[in-house]
Amino acid sequence: MLYIEDLEVELEGKRILRHIDLEIKPGETHVLFGPNGSGKTSLLMTIMGYPQFKVVGGKILFKGQDITNMPINERASLGIGMSYQRPPTINGLKTRQMVKICSKNKEEDEDKTVELAKRVNFVDFLDRDVNAGFSGGEIKRSELLQLMAQNADLMLFDEPESGVDLENITLVGNSIAELLEKQIRPENEKSIIRQKQARSKMGLIITHTGYILDYIIADKGQVLYDGVLSCTTNPREILNCIGQMGYKECVRCIVDKN
Amino acid sequence: MYSRQELRKKAQDAIGKPGTLGPDINLEDFDKSDLPHPYLSDQELMSLPKAEQERLIMSGLDLTEKERGGTFFQKDSRVIHCKSKQEGIEVIPIKQALEKYDWIKDYYWKLVSVETDKYTATAELNLQDGYVIRALPGVKSIYPVQASLYIDKNGHQQIVHNIIIAEEDSELHIITGCATSPHLKKGAHIGISEFFVKKNAKLSFTMIHNWAEDMIVRPRSVAQVEEGGLFLNNYICMKAVKSLQMYPTTHLVGDNSIARFYSIIVGAPDSEYDIGGRVFLKKPGTRAEIIARTISNGGNIIARGHLIGEVPGVKAHLECKGLILNGGRIHAIPELEGHAEGVEMSHEAAVGKIAQEEIMYLMSRGLTEDEAVSTIVQGFLSLDIPDLPPQLKAEIDKAIEASDKDMM
Ligand SMILES: Nc1ncnc2c1ncn2[C@@H]1O[C@H](COP(=O)(O)OP(=O)(O)OP(=O)(O)O)[C@@H](O)[C@H]1O
Ligand SMILES: [Mg+2]
Repeated sequence: MLYIEDLEVELEGKRILRHIDLEIKPGETHVLFGPNGSGKTSLLMTIMGYPQFKVVGGKILFKGQDITNMPINERASLGIGMSYQRPPTINGLKTRQMVKICSKNKEEDEDKTVELAKRVNFVDFLDRDVNAGFSGGEIKRSELLQLMAQNADLMLFDEPESGVDLENITLVGNSIAELLEKQIRPENEKSIIRQKQARSKMGLIITHTGYILDYIIADKGQVLYDGVLSCTTNPREILNCIGQMGYKECVRCIVDKN
Repeated sequence: MYSRQELRKKAQDAIGKPGTLGPDINLEDFDKSDLPHPYLSDQELMSLPKAEQERLIMSGLDLTEKERGGTFFQKDSRVIHCKSKQEGIEVIPIKQALEKYDWIKDYYWKLVSVETDKYTATAELNLQDGYVIRALPGVKSIYPVQASLYIDKNGHQQIVHNIIIAEEDSELHIITGCATSPHLKKGAHIGISEFFVKKNAKLSFTMIHNWAEDMIVRPRSVAQVEEGGLFLNNYICMKAVKSLQMYPTTHLVGDNSIARFYSIIVGAPDSEYDIGGRVFLKKPGTRAEIIARTISNGGNIIARGHLIGEVPGVKAHLECKGLILNGGRIHAIPELEGHAEGVEMSHEAAVGKIAQEEIMYLMSRGLTEDEAVSTIVQGFLSLDIPDLPPQLKAEIDKAIEASDKDMM
C-alpha cells in the first residue's frame, strides 16, 4: 500500500504541493488529472524520491515503511517504478542494456529483452542510445518497456499515452493494463472475484486526455489543482466534468457535491 | 631521398631543439643503452611471467596469437618476437629492413621530418628498432597484426621508428599496445610512425597505451592517404603517465580519401596529456572526422584538434567531449581552418560533469549512485567506430571496462 499523509513539498524554496493525502491500496489504480503546472509530475517525482522535491511536512509510507527520506534506488528496490514524461538521454547506453538494468538481468538473456520489446513494438530501438533522438511517442514506449522489465509493485505513469499514435496506443494501453492487472476484458478463465483477490499491483496514472481509461479499469480519479488534491471520485465523471466546465469549475462542483 | 649521412647531419643539428608543445624533457635523464634481451620462441612467449602477461594482454596483445595475423614484440631496445601469419602481410624489424631492402628508402623519414625536434633527431641518431608492417597490393588482412612496444627496465628510454604501408587495394588492421613492466616507475618512449595508405586501401590502427606514473611519452606520427583510401586511427589511453604529448598529422592527398580519428583518454592524478589530431584535406571529396572523449579523473588533459580544408568540396567534423570527474582539468582546443569556398567544416566541444538527472534516472531503475555513475561513464566512453574488426572492438571495450576500476 502507498499511504501519503499531509505531504508538503517545496521546489527551490517554492511550495508546490500542499496537504496531499493519498492512499493507494494493493490492486488499485488511480488516475490523476490536473492543468499544466499544477504539480502532477512533482507529486510523482516526490514519491519516486527525487531530492530536489523537498518534503517539508507530512510523510510517505510504502509497504508499511516510512520512505519519506529514502534514496531513489532503495525505493526502486522496494518496488516503486516510474514512467517519465521527459526522461534524460543517456549517450552510449543502449536501450537493450537499460532493459537489462531494469530487470536486474546482468547476464545475457537476449530472448527475454526482445520478447518484451516486441510487446510494445520497440525491437528496432534496442540498439539505440536510451532516449537519444526518440520521438515523443517512442519515449513513452521506451519508458513502458523499462517498467515492464522492472516488475515494480507501484507504478507511476506520467502521461503514458500522450503523443502515442493510433496504432501503438492499443499496444501501450493494453500493456499498461496488463502490468497493473487491470485489463477490461480479462484474458483468462479465473473468475472476476478470484482475479480481484490476486491483484496486488498499484498504479498512479497522470492523464490529460483520459484515453487510457479505454484500456484499464481505474478505481479512482483525482484532480490536482494548484498543488492541492481537490477531489476523489469516479475517473470518468471527473473527465466529463473537466470537459464540460473546465478544471476550476470542476474542482468546485465536485467539492460542493462532496 | 637523403642518405643516412645527410639524415644524421640534420638530426645532429636538431638534437637540442625542444618540441613545440608539451614540457621540454631532458633526454639525458634516461638510459638508452642496448639491453640484449634474447629472442623468444612461440613457446617462450606463452611462458612469460604472469604479471607481465597481464600488462601485455591489457594493451591488446594476444599471446596465443589465435586471432592475430602476425606479431611484433619489442622489449626495451630489442625485438624479441616477430612474425607474420598471413601471406602478403609483412612484419619486419625496421633495422633489418633498412639493411636488407632498398624500397624502405622511399618511406623512411618521408612524412615525418627528422629535424622536427629533439625527439625526431634522437630517433635517427639513436634508433633501437621498430617495425615495418606492410600489406601487399590487394591483400586483405584476415586478423589484425599485433605490435607491442614494451619497456621493462626502469629508467630506460625506448626509441623506435615504425613504418606502416597499405599498398593499393589492400586492407590492413593493426593493434599496437605500448606498456611497461609492473615494477617500472620511470621511463621514456619516443616513437616515430609513418603511415602510407595507398590508392583504395584501408588501414585501421588501434593503439592502446598502458604507461606508468613517471613515463615520458613523445610519439611523432604522420600519415598520407591516397585516392579513395581510408585511414582509421583509434587511440586509447586510460593509465597514468607523467607527460604524454602527441599531435599526429594526416595528409589527405588523394581525391575522396578519408581519415577518421577516435580517441578515448582517461586521466590520472599528476598526469599530463597533450593529445590531438590534425588533418589536412587537400583534395576534393576528402573527409575527416576527429572524435575525442576525455575524462579528467584528476589529470590534466589538453585535447586538440585541427582541421584544414584546402580545397572546395571537402567535409570535416571535430567533436571533443570532456567530463570532469574526480578533479583535474580538461582544456579543449578545437581549430577549423577553411582555405577555400565550399568547405564544410564543423566542430562540437563540450566540457562538463555528469548530469545529476541522468544519475537519478538510473537510480530509479534500481542502480546505486556509484553504479549509475559508472554506467554513464561507460556510455560516455563507448564510441561506435565503423569499419573496425570485431577483435579490435573487443579490445577497446575491454580497456574501457578495466578503466572503470581505476576511476571508482
Ligand atoms: N526545475 C524546476 N524549476 C523551477 N520550477 C519548476 C521546476 N520543475 C517544475 N517547476 C514548476 O513546478 C510547477 C509544477 O510542475 P509540474 O511539472 O509538477 O506540473 P504538471 O502538473 O506535471 O504539469 P504538466 O501537465 O504540464 O506536465 C510548475 O509551475 C513548474 O513550472
Ligand atoms: Mg507533468
